[in-house]
Amino acid sequence: MIVATTVMAGLGLLAGLGLGLAARFFAVEVDPRQEKILDVLPGANCGGCGYAGCNDFAAAVARGEAAPDGCPVGGAETAVAVARIMGLVVEEKERRVALVLCQGTREVAPSKFRYNGMASCASAALLAGGDKLCRWGCLGLADCQVACAFQAIEITEGGIARVIPERCTACGKCVAACPKDLIKLVPESAPIHVLCSSRDKGPVARKACQVACIGCKKCEKFVGDESMKVEDWLALVDYDHPPRDPAVAGECPTGAIVELHLDAKKPVH
Amino acid sequence: MKFKGGIHPQYNKGTAALPVEEMPLGARYVVPLAQHLGAPGKPVVAKGDRVGRGQPLSEPGGFVSVAVHAPTSGKVTAVKELPHPLGLEMTAVEIEADGEDAWWEGVQPRGAWREMDPAALRDALRDAGLVGMGGATFPTHVKLSPPKDKPIGTFILNGAECEPYLTSDHRVMLEQPREVMEGVGLFMKVLGVTKAYVGVEANKADALDALKAACPPDLDVAFALLEVKYPQGSEKQLIYALTGRTVPAGGLPMDVGCLVQNVGTAVAAYEAIAKGWPLIQRVTTVTGAAIRQPKNLRLRVGTPLGDVLAFCGGLTEDVAKVVYGGPMMGIAQFSLDVPIIKGTSGVLCLPDAEVVQYLADACIRCGACVDACPMGLLPSTLGVLCERDRWEDLEDFNVADCIECGSCAFCCPAYRPLVQLIKRGKAELRRIQKMRQQGAA
Amino acid sequence: MSMEQDKTGASPPEVAAAGGDPPAPPPAKPAPPDKAEPPRAPRLVVSTSPHVHRDQDVPRIMRSVVWALVPGILVGLWFFGLAALQVYAIAVAGCLLFEWAFRRMLGRPGTLGDWSAVVTGLLLAMNLPAGSPWWLVVVGCLAAIVLGKQIYGGLGYNPFNPALVARVVLLVSFPVQMTTWPAQGGPLTVDATTAATPLGAIREALSVGQTVPQAMAGADFPVWKLLVGMRGGCLGEVSVIALLLGGLFLLRKGHIKWQVPVGFIATVFLFTGAAWLGDPERYANPLYHTFSGGLFLGAFFMATDMVTSPVTRRGMFIFAVGCGLITVIIRLWGGYPEGVSFAILLMNAATPLIDRYTKPQVFGAKRKLYEEAKAA
Repeated sequence: MIVATTVMAGLGLLAGLGLGLAARFFAVEVDPRQEKILDVLPGANCGGCGYAGCNDFAAAVARGEAAPDGCPVGGAETAVAVARIMGLVVEEKERRVALVLCQGTREVAPSKFRYNGMASCASAALLAGGDKLCRWGCLGLADCQVACAFQAIEITEGGIARVIPERCTACGKCVAACPKDLIKLVPESAPIHVLCSSRDKGPVARKACQVACIGCKKCEKFVGDESMKVEDWLALVDYDHPPRDPAVAGECPTGAIVELHLDAKKPVH
Repeated sequence: MKFKGGIHPQYNKGTAALPVEEMPLGARYVVPLAQHLGAPGKPVVAKGDRVGRGQPLSEPGGFVSVAVHAPTSGKVTAVKELPHPLGLEMTAVEIEADGEDAWWEGVQPRGAWREMDPAALRDALRDAGLVGMGGATFPTHVKLSPPKDKPIGTFILNGAECEPYLTSDHRVMLEQPREVMEGVGLFMKVLGVTKAYVGVEANKADALDALKAACPPDLDVAFALLEVKYPQGSEKQLIYALTGRTVPAGGLPMDVGCLVQNVGTAVAAYEAIAKGWPLIQRVTTVTGAAIRQPKNLRLRVGTPLGDVLAFCGGLTEDVAKVVYGGPMMGIAQFSLDVPIIKGTSGVLCLPDAEVVQYLADACIRCGACVDACPMGLLPSTLGVLCERDRWEDLEDFNVADCIECGSCAFCCPAYRPLVQLIKRGKAELRRIQKMRQQGAA
Repeated sequence: MSMEQDKTGASPPEVAAAGGDPPAPPPAKPAPPDKAEPPRAPRLVVSTSPHVHRDQDVPRIMRSVVWALVPGILVGLWFFGLAALQVYAIAVAGCLLFEWAFRRMLGRPGTLGDWSAVVTGLLLAMNLPAGSPWWLVVVGCLAAIVLGKQIYGGLGYNPFNPALVARVVLLVSFPVQMTTWPAQGGPLTVDATTAATPLGAIREALSVGQTVPQAMAGADFPVWKLLVGMRGGCLGEVSVIALLLGGLFLLRKGHIKWQVPVGFIATVFLFTGAAWLGDPERYANPLYHTFSGGLFLGAFFMATDMVTSPVTRRGMFIFAVGCGLITVIIRLWGGYPEGVSFAILLMNAATPLIDRYTKPQVFGAKRKLYEEAKAA
């Protein structure tokens, strides 16, 4: 009994000594600022910054490789906090949210065939561009939803993706996941959006979807400035100087332009 | 020699007994400029032009490219984006037939192939717009121009027709054995080879006999009946079965001194030289339980699918899938506005009850696909890696060697869409490798 | 894990999940006259090739396994009587119930239709002593379905054989109940006296200082009795002949590959044979080892579980040999008289490793052949 106890105690002592020595001799120099930065980061490890998790990003900032406002999830507050640790000043940027630029539900956008295969947009898009007659539209197979680490995307009853603005952290994962490039990060205060990405000619677009932008330029004429422009049969909002007059939505003959208040609710993190 | 793996699907070759029927001339033809692997051609006609039968409508868009020709005489009504069997809209020449079907004056016999120069033959085949007619549609003249360090010593005629349902090659071998064998001789002449093999699956012994009887005495040809197993007609498997040579992984038949051509291509090559005909017609099997009168048809390239189906009595009410090609590797169509193209070996019409419903269930690791894969791959693992977006790991599992024959998905008891998964994986990996190369450069 | 799940097993119900028809377009509202005509449901299906399929699916494979188990089940019922029937009934019902309840709880599509829960239930019952109390069986079902399978994501994702996970959980948690072997009392037995298993008898004799030949003389288990199944043991493991019958059926159907049972049984035979030749006083003869314990049940029905064994033939053989070696080591020198379950579970854990090192050779990888061809 005594022997056993002594042996175990001895082993413990030995192991403890070993660990202690290892900690001393193999210690990795860590910039103290890295830890401080890590503390103010959201800790979601989403990778939205382009680094492998928050710690990696913090290290990059501490090394001076990444900008203090590189965390899209934390937004302005985090950027300011990180900048303070680094002794820098950042301009406050407006919060952005992801927006799916398609509202072609199954009801208004017919399909050209019945798809059978992997429940993945990217896979489905390889077969004749997807089952929708509109080759630009949302396939609703949830690649963006799967990519989102914040459960901020839902597939609506109409079978298309929708971002839940109050959950969105603008990490950009969904933007990269969409094979149709339908998702855009927009400033939350912009009130007017063109929820269509079809660059088909008007009649073609209209046939493929009842709520398509047909490139009629009514909106362009209505706003009368650079804030909206039609390119390749598609109206685009200049999000650096977005139109503010909600009446422009009423001008759109197909309802592709809508008024949306993405900042109605603040993030709930 | 028997290759490893492979499957035994139901062959359903009920149309094998039906002689080839000539499809009557239609009113409208649509000839896409891209009907081959490689760069699409550039149009040389415009709306309003009158064209003769066999007149070129385009010029090749590069070395790996061929022209397309007018299937009949008539007027060009449009050169625009039209539905293409690949599922997209692509530039095509629309022709309104004048009903006279008059040959273009440029269509003239090129002479006797035995007396012609190989290079001249090859150019003539290129000008005739010849592509591999088994379905891959690789330009024939490119295949016939091997690099100097890879000399071809053996020519192989592919008469396996291992795809279920299809009988067009079978009928061609039975009905035009002389043309087929002359085509073989012609290819041998172009390549300067003295030895040829003809491989036919054992369920078509009558076709092999016909070819044997029609073989010109001056050709050294070995005839072989092959095991009835899919994918016997795949180049690498066919070469192995006939010669025992193994095309190296990632390599081409020319790496073992072989060149394979399809039966239909041989006939087209012979006709291109002996009669001067460009590739404007082919034999296509229209079959399946959802077509009222299955037929083997001789069709003009560019015939709208709707016309073909109507000529075969139309589709049944319960039709649910229309496939270009065979059931193992064919492409499902959603529109009946697409035309027949050079590579359309068959049109398979399946009723609702026969449509495979792929599921996204988990792999149960039964290993059926591993046994079935003729390329010695692990389709189950490839599928799982693709499902999880682990594209770079695919490299270790030799995904590039997959021939997309569909044997794995055919026997998967979990009905996983393995070909779809792997096709996507191959594309993603190619993209990554390209990026890597650019990064290195 | 959950994200992968979403992509494969359970796609969101609203979207056109693979397999199912795309969602029926919601009933078209009467469109205003100036709007485009309401979409028509398309007729044609588009998928990647191939467009034909072998006449085979997972439920059918599982049902074949059930059929293959029938002879073994019947023999068990004949020898152990109604007590066995109770175990079978509770095990199958319990597994189905837990499978249903757990999937429902997680909001995943039901999987009762794939018959895998039935197979798990039957195999679990076959691995329990006749007359196991009802609660033991229920705990076993919970361990098999939830701990052994569903927490990993369900059929296909589980690294270990669910029935064996349950058996081992029970064996270490309730050693008394799990090693109380009722004697075979005939079809109407409800409550029986206990009896020894062939391997248990030897173990016991050795522990009181007897030699193996002495023990075997006392235990009275001639080979024919072992073959027929007249001996103590788990419900489904006793009759070698019945199990062999079912196993041959599965081999013929192609659902199991010969590499597994042959590799497993041959290894046990050869290894125990070597031990026996070395010291017949200490080790029982190889026939005795081969035909007793759970070897045939394990080799034909448990080690062959597709999900948890390697995918290549070569891998399967290595896996089976490993199972055989571990089984014998446990039987001869381990703490338990029987080691089949532990052996299979341990080799289950090694399966990914075996898969990694038994990748088949790609067509055309044999450079030599190709060089030869070029020379020729």
